[in-house]
Amino acid sequence: MSAVTDTHAADHHDAHGPAKGFTRWLFTTNHKDIGAMYLIFSFAMFLLGGAMAMVIRAELFQPGMQMVEPAFFNQMTTMHGLIMVFGAVMPAFVGLANYMIPLMIGAPDMALPRMNNWSFWLLPAAFLLLVSTLFMEGGAPNFGWTFYAPLSTEYGPPSTTYFIFAVHIMGISSIMGAINVIATIINLRAPGMTLMKMPLFVWTWLITAFLLIAVMPVLAGVVTMMLMDIHFGTSFFNAAGGGDPVLFQHLFWFFGHPEVYIMILPAFGIVSAIIPAFSRKRLFGYTSMVYATGAIAVLSFFVWAHHMFVVGLPLQAELFFMYATMIIAVPTGVKIFNWISTMFRGSLSFETPMLFAVAFVILFTVGGLSGVMLAIAPADFQYHDTYFVVAHFHYVLVPGAIFGIFAAVYYWLPKWTGHMYNEMLGKTHFWMSFIGMNLAFFPMHFVGLAGMPRRYADYPLQFANFNMISSIGAFMFGVTQLLLLYIVIKTIRGGKKAPAKPWDGAEGLEWDLPSPLPYHTFAKPPTVQ
Amino acid sequence: MNETKPGSNKRVLGWSAFAIVGMFAFGFALVPLYDVMCEALGINGKTGSQYTVEAPDDMRIDTSRTIRVQFTAQNGLDMPWEFSADQRSIEVHPGEMAFVEFIAHNPTDQVMTAQAIPSLSPSSGTNYFHKTECFCFQEQKLEPGETVRMPLVFFVDDLAPASLHRVTLNYTIYEQSRSEQVAPVAKNVELKTTDRG
Repeated sequence: MSAVTDTHAADHHDAHGPAKGFTRWLFTTNHKDIGAMYLIFSFAMFLLGGAMAMVIRAELFQPGMQMVEPAFFNQMTTMHGLIMVFGAVMPAFVGLANYMIPLMIGAPDMALPRMNNWSFWLLPAAFLLLVSTLFMEGGAPNFGWTFYAPLSTEYGPPSTTYFIFAVHIMGISSIMGAINVIATIINLRAPGMTLMKMPLFVWTWLITAFLLIAVMPVLAGVVTMMLMDIHFGTSFFNAAGGGDPVLFQHLFWFFGHPEVYIMILPAFGIVSAIIPAFSRKRLFGYTSMVYATGAIAVLSFFVWAHHMFVVGLPLQAELFFMYATMIIAVPTGVKIFNWISTMFRGSLSFETPMLFAVAFVILFTVGGLSGVMLAIAPADFQYHDTYFVVAHFHYVLVPGAIFGIFAAVYYWLPKWTGHMYNEMLGKTHFWMSFIGMNLAFFPMHFVGLAGMPRRYADYPLQFANFNMISSIGAFMFGVTQLLLLYIVIKTIRGGKKAPAKPWDGAEGLEWDLPSPLPYHTFAKPPTVQ
Repeated sequence: MNETKPGSNKRVLGWSAFAIVGMFAFGFALVPLYDVMCEALGINGKTGSQYTVEAPDDMRIDTSRTIRVQFTAQNGLDMPWEFSADQRSIEVHPGEMAFVEFIAHNPTDQVMTAQAIPSLSPSSGTNYFHKTECFCFQEQKLEPGETVRMPLVFFVDDLAPASLHRVTLNYTIYEQSRSEQVAPVAKNVELKTTDRG
């Protein structure tokens, strides 16, 4: 090759930095830019959904009506659920997938970078539409995040139509994100990166992506049926025209139950990376982890009606869904024991990512066990729609999904920014979150078992003490998240220089790259031994 | 560059698109599938289309036991009619024909049509409850201020399990004149005899 070509190649390489100005973010097809935007967006939604939770807990601080009208309270519970599920947790995992999967499998970028850009930029549009319903006549959707028909179709506010379109758009975004993840993992693995050598985060995301492709279209179908019932005179869920409201619940939960695994499987992958790193041991039972994840995903399609034990299912159906649900505890238990076995006789250290990961294992188990209680059909008649259910799913989503995301952010932040975060502040964030979260949600088990129903703006006097504790814990958890914002901004701006591999026990291709990451990585694929 | 096989991204896109369209269609396919399942298994309390011309020949009246049939009536959304069952409940022997009436009154100053939708509880009794005549098979049209007594003729199958002591039949009456909705019940009228095995 001549020298001329070499100089040209060098110039060309220099020109590959990020573009300048705002259009960099608008037009970027770089997986790190898009991953970062997903994470920033999801954190903004986390604060917005959290602010709505603060309104809910402020109203429930004392019995009686103090802060808001009951109608507005219902809008808050609905929007809190929708924003946290579709705006905070799911985009955060897609962001982590965008950022980390190419690095973990030795790919230069995602397989479909332009679609990647589009799938991100649909999200702000969808949530602008959703949040704008708060300012519309009749208010925002007020029927709970599960939007059961006919409550949503016949009794819902006029803004329900905007809510439906918002769900359509975010569904398209998730589906495109899922296709991108699958195409990347199938086509762009570095030579030697066989499927059973992939890090578990990549595995869990691959399975999550298949779940997304399977159930997001069903959700799109359900909201389309609602749209047709509201505007085009059909009677999918309208008993007067021969439809059936119970059908809505079957369709919704056929989407809804795999959806809860979509929100937890990537967190399983994150914890499976962090616990070995801080135990300085290899992950115990890698193969069984992969199969357990697959088993959970398959089983998730056969348990949906455990959300509907009280609609009048035939006895045989109650039994089937009860046992099918309990079987899921087996692969989940395999995972829990694998994580514990990984820590067993390890050389443990407890930096912030490890603290969040260990709290994940303990508290997710608490949430899992209350799930087994709810799976018992005759007991569910007592627990259904009480705060026990609220306690259960917050125990799997907050220390499950959200602690998983926190752990990932602390674990990879040195790699992203090139700076170490402040360990003292990180640990403060952990302990405040841990205590706040348990204060907020543990008492809900008790008030739920005592019969306090969910989704009411008021409650009888005997629940006053526990609710006050819950509210104090929720405020503590909420305020603490501003500390996370501060820690991340501080780490981006400066701090102790991070080496390429800041965690001595960490494994994976991403740690072979310099910190901070160059704009383009693995232009030449690495060799995996 | 990595060994990007140009065809393989297209292949992933291709079968993903196929799966997505398929799952979207599957969601809609579940709607008729659900109705078929409910009817075949006799669950969900949908008795609207269970129209029987007459009792089967080998039906006998089982005088050794009685089943209490309770009636409830309620109004759908924004329905101004006064709608009630004439009797709260009756005792019938399995295989015995029974006749009851429901009363509807239109208190408004407009002509209104309405459709009553039945639902039976417990839903496991659905397949043993047969109607030979029911006001729910047609729409009801009432002049302003008009009151009608609407008949229901039914029998409980003598094959009903011994555990079935009591069923509740509920009618919800919905206004049809304002909306264009067509209730499917009238279309579904067909000769139907119980499978006597």
